Amino acid sequence: MSPIFYLLAVVTLAGALATVLLKHLVHCALAVTVAFAGLALLFLQLDAQFVGFAQILVYIGAVAILVVFAILLTRGSDLPKHGVFSSTWALGLAIAAAVFAVLGWAVIASTHGIPQQDNVPSATAHDIGIALVGRYVLPLEILALLLTAATIGAVIVAMHEKGKQQ
Amino acid sequence: MLGDGILKGMAETARNFFGSYVSKDRLTTVEYPEERIPTAENARVFPFLVYDGADWEAGLRCVACQICEKECPPKCIYIEKSADKKPDYVGKPQFYPARFDIDISVCMSCQICVEVCPFEAIKMDTQFELATDDRFAGLLEDREKLAKSNEYYHSIHPTEAAEVDARLAEEKAKVEARAKAAAQAAAAKASAPASASAPGAAKPSAPPAKNEGGS
Amino acid sequence: MIVAFEAANSFSANLDQIFIFLRNWLVGFLPAAVQPAAAVVLDVIAIVCVFPGLFALTTVFERKGLGRIQNRLGPNRVGPFGLFQPIADGIKSLTKEDIVPLSANALVHFLAPLVLVVTVFMGFAVLPMGRNMVLVDMDSGLLFFFAMGAATELSVFMAGWSSRNKYSLLGAMRAVAQMISYEVVLLLSSVAVVMISGSLSLPAIVAAQNQYSGVFPHWYIFTPWGLAGFLMYAIAATAETNRSPFDLPEGESELVAGYHTEYSGFKFALFFLGEYLAMFSISGLGTTLFLGGWSAPFSFLQFIPSWFWFFGKVMMSIFVFIWMRGTLPRLRQDQLMNFAWKFVLPFTLLNLLVTALWHFMGEGWQRWVVCSVILVAAYALMGTISLRGRHIGRRSYRYAE
Repeated sequence: MSPIFYLLAVVTLAGALATVLLKHLVHCALAVTVAFAGLALLFLQLDAQFVGFAQILVYIGAVAILVVFAILLTRGSDLPKHGVFSSTWALGLAIAAAVFAVLGWAVIASTHGIPQQDNVPSATAHDIGIALVGRYVLPLEILALLLTAATIGAVIVAMHEKGKQQ
Repeated sequence: MLGDGILKGMAETARNFFGSYVSKDRLTTVEYPEERIPTAENARVFPFLVYDGADWEAGLRCVACQICEKECPPKCIYIEKSADKKPDYVGKPQFYPARFDIDISVCMSCQICVEVCPFEAIKMDTQFELATDDRFAGLLEDREKLAKSNEYYHSIHPTEAAEVDARLAEEKAKVEARAKAAAQAAAAKASAPASASAPGAAKPSAPPAKNEGGS
Repeated sequence: MIVAFEAANSFSANLDQIFIFLRNWLVGFLPAAVQPAAAVVLDVIAIVCVFPGLFALTTVFERKGLGRIQNRLGPNRVGPFGLFQPIADGIKSLTKEDIVPLSANALVHFLAPLVLVVTVFMGFAVLPMGRNMVLVDMDSGLLFFFAMGAATELSVFMAGWSSRNKYSLLGAMRAVAQMISYEVVLLLSSVAVVMISGSLSLPAIVAAQNQYSGVFPHWYIFTPWGLAGFLMYAIAATAETNRSPFDLPEGESELVAGYHTEYSGFKFALFFLGEYLAMFSISGLGTTLFLGGWSAPFSFLQFIPSWFWFFGKVMMSIFVFIWMRGTLPRLRQDQLMNFAWKFVLPFTLLNLLVTALWHFMGEGWQRWVVCSVILVAAYALMGTISLRGRHIGRRSYRYAE
């Protein structure tokens, strides 16, 4: 538990809290980007280079941009009139606490089974690549199908809009 | 083939780039104020007054007729006639301008003053580097600043100046001829009463004199 | 990894490693505990000094180069041949008033140029600028570089949105759309190189190209797939850094100044710096991936230091950027996007297939012929299809009656 880990944890949590607490939607989107960056740095601190950089590339470079585009294109940037907190916040808090408890129990219970290792398992891009086309080739192909379907759907949606305009 | 337009364009710009170091027509910049393009002969900027000879006051052609002041569209000329007269280039006594001011911040270089002047006294100059930081007095040119010699006029507008000089010389010659003829006539008249008793002797002497005056 | 260097003589070897020796000598003055950190700090200082210095030089070369292309002189008053012009520009940027619009989002408006410059500087950390001259030798160096490029887009959006100006926002949206589209092309054309060299680490990619068969080097640009990949990388790099002909986001005639309309003074200078540094870093990556990085073009030229070749190639790329800017008109937004998704991207995917074919066909002349034929035929076919029905004939005039 190095000081860097604490610093990164604080940054991530601050970003996440700002996301849910800020009023202006674009500020929230930028705060969630900070949370993504904190997560990426945590991955890098654990020496998972590929995942860390992929997190930056995909989440900050694409997902965050997507979120802000969605906000801007749907007039979501108007400030909400009645505040950002819903009236049923107590129930929401209870459910969130329950989920957190389940996840925490799952994490702690799973670490008992792993023997203490001093050497960090290497997960270079090469290993990930070999695993993807070796052991995990079926999920890879299903993901590819999913992405193709999404792309075709986007094209069809865009085409239909053009048809309606004409 | 797709992309050949881009390659042709790149070749042209490369030719421009390297050509600008070697040939003059690929680098047409004139680095003002170190280099200047020579002005055309009929360029015009602001008017000036022409004087003949060495003394600008004595040789000033302007006779303060005030035609240019009346014809100037933005009314940038201000003339004050003198009280006395001085002889002009043919010797006839004429008025001269005691004050002749042109406000060049108002002047629009239309050349109308030049076109209407009957005495070839005001012509267009070609100097344009007249910027000053004195907004009012610095752009009001008086008689002394405006007076420039006929040699200067020849240097900036040679063809025009030559034509003007030819015309003026012709005028002068005509006036002189008339004066001579008048002098001959006066001389004839003076000798006529003396030989009034002998009109036949005067008559034969008159035609040869007239003939001499006429040639 | 430290690359050993067998040079013709030790003088060229010393010259090649002169910056390393300099750094080690300077660090030697400090106590041993601080030395690794101090070495890194010195490297960072070197990068922070060299690249903005190159940026200053590039601004004046660009203006003079564009001027000569346009039959005029560039700036030539400040210093000999105008070479001190960047100093004048720098003083101007520093002394101009920093105007922030009243309704602008002050924090985001302030952070946008910072985010841009920081992420662009981070990209320099993985470029091998000479033998043993890479700041951080990461195993996934290429991925790190692209991650930093992706973060750049966010700063563009922040700048445009926080200005509360419809021209800025429009410019920012266009810029982000363009950058995302061409990012895909950039990545896919680099993947071909990764496939052949087998590593994401940039020094390893350079080492794979640093071999010579006879006199000629093994640079990837001298292979059919490498040439195609390099051309597409160059197109994508021009679009990523918002350079002409893809500079619609900052097109002065359309959008005032796009996403940096509301920036003045030093913040604008930071945007300008960020754009040019992005140009340098993407040229540096292109050099590393396709042009052999710091390796010499002929085997007998290896006595010239490696850093000279790297920076020479980067400056040649910058010169080509300037040349393209002076030659081509601006592309419209829909033309840009069509070009990316309908032409360049399919070609990039085809290039990946051809690269795989190249790898699996093994050594020999057959793979050269097959790969070249496939790529040229595909290019000609796509060119014919896209040019069909587009007659650019003689200009016809209709006069008013």
